[in-house]
Amino acid sequence: MDVGYFFKLLLSGLTRGSIYALIALGYTMVYGIIKLINFAHGELYMIGAFTGLIVASVLNYAGVDPVLTLVIATIFAIIFSSAFGVTIEKIAYKPLRNTQRLSALISAIGVSMFLQNFVLLFQTSDFLSFPNLIPEFKFLAPVENYLSSPQILIYICTAIFLIGFTVLVKFTKIGKAMRATAQDSKMSLLLGININKVISVTFLTGSAAAAIGGVLISSQVGQINFYIGFIVGIKAFVAAVLGGIGSIGGAVLGAFVLGLVESFGTGYISSDYEDLFAFLFLILILTFKPSGLLGKSLKQKV
Amino acid sequence: MLKIDNINTFYGHIHALKGISLEVKQGEIISLIGANGAGKSTTLLSISGLEKPRSGSITFNGEDLTRMTPDSIVSLGISQAPEGRRIFPSLTVLENLELGAFLRNDKKQIKKDIEFMYSLFPILGDRRHQLGGTLSGGEQQMLTISRALMMEPKLLLLDEPSLGLAPLIVKQIFEIIQKVNKEHNITVFLVEQNANQALKISDRGYVLQNGVITLSDTGENLLKNDDVRKAYLGV
Ligand SMILES: Nc1ncnc2c1ncn2[C@@H]1O[C@H](COP(=O)(O)OP(=O)(O)OP(=O)(O)O)[C@@H](O)[C@H]1O
Ligand SMILES: [Mg+2]
Repeated sequence: MDVGYFFKLLLSGLTRGSIYALIALGYTMVYGIIKLINFAHGELYMIGAFTGLIVASVLNYAGVDPVLTLVIATIFAIIFSSAFGVTIEKIAYKPLRNTQRLSALISAIGVSMFLQNFVLLFQTSDFLSFPNLIPEFKFLAPVENYLSSPQILIYICTAIFLIGFTVLVKFTKIGKAMRATAQDSKMSLLLGININKVISVTFLTGSAAAAIGGVLISSQVGQINFYIGFIVGIKAFVAAVLGGIGSIGGAVLGAFVLGLVESFGTGYISSDYEDLFAFLFLILILTFKPSGLLGKSLKQKV
Repeated sequence: MLKIDNINTFYGHIHALKGISLEVKQGEIISLIGANGAGKSTTLLSISGLEKPRSGSITFNGEDLTRMTPDSIVSLGISQAPEGRRIFPSLTVLENLELGAFLRNDKKQIKKDIEFMYSLFPILGDRRHQLGGTLSGGEQQMLTISRALMMEPKLLLLDEPSLGLAPLIVKQIFEIIQKVNKEHNITVFLVEQNANQALKISDRGYVLQNGVITLSDTGENLLKNDDVRKAYLGV
């Protein structure tokens, strides 16, 4: 067996996993709190990428240092995606909060289509090239065949985000309020928790994560179009379900498992079936563990 | 302090509260007793703003609660321990208590108050890092009450705090209700099926029947009342 090839696939699986994790967080958090599958979430990733592209193009033109450009582009992407995420919730989901769940789900699909077409109209349907903003790390030279600078940066950013997010959810007041609301929203109201605020913060954090993922991966891949959110969104959703939707640890685990399965699947079996592995694996896992890897069984959920 | 004036609350077509009026004065312990489905929980939910009355008014120290959101009602100092031990199962005992103090910012005093809860219910202290969902039913009930107290409420609404508890614990819980009422100046509005115990510690009581208040008197008199004795005390 070619050990080098194995490591290459492993590392590229971890890269995919990181991106899926950043996006899957948003699905699982929103589901945990308002029991809605936010179909428009992939579009927030796409909007992050486009915002990043626009800001980066301007700064590039102005001759700003690439690293600084990357930082500023990411900040703008976070701001835009979060603003979209929070606004979408207020306009399209909040009015439907006390109706059947299906209504909000259909609304989410509508928002997803709206955002895709919005970007299509105002930008273009063609692929746009995304500037490479990630510097070459010299220390990677000995292993450059296996590991690239963008990959390292993606690992680091994902790790930082996940740690920060864990601290937020575990130790801060708003984080405790988020967990409480996910478990029993009526009781949370009776403790004086402003649920609307909790929901907004949930959308904000989820969108921010997706935006970071959007900018990083676009900078690595080098091109984007209005449709990129769709397939990545579905994959991240699969990851969230795989891990047990509603569980934060589950979403992260599911994302990395999925990234690795895809990477090894395409590397050792065939790259023609790239998108198939995710769904095959999902079906396989759900057959044996219907609630996902870390999900609670329905009985416990009551 | 709290004044309910002729409220009507509905669940769809079900007319759960049919024009009820009552009053709770500062410092009192008031009981609301009634059979299953009489509308007791609905009364408390209407006060806390989780069910909005279709007509009538609820005022707390002159402020109209029917227009307020549940969290702003809580911020006025109205705390509710609702029916059925609504603890957060995947949060620890400590985290549950901390959430009770969600609207407070005095960190040091919150710590002291948590210790005070552990002194009221030592078992909660022993279990502080255990998940709420792993507590026994009685322990969960203690946690629900302590969490409601963590808010430093002016008015404490308790929905059947003694339901399903062993007699010894029921006695303990009623003692604690009296204690916080006297020593911490917390006004208590108590919903109970356990009419005997509830009326014994109450200044006054109301009897609710099918969404209508049929009787109101001092706790002592209600305990002597023939109708009450037949219907709720099983005499
Ligand atoms: N969410 C709801 N939807 C429809 N009807 C409801 C709902 N909650 C309560 N009801 C009805 O309203 C009436 C009053 O209910 P409520 O829960 O206030 O009674 P209760 O006095 O608290 O009874 P219990 O002692 O059994 O707790 C009942 O007839 C009940 O069936
Ligand atoms: Mg009830």
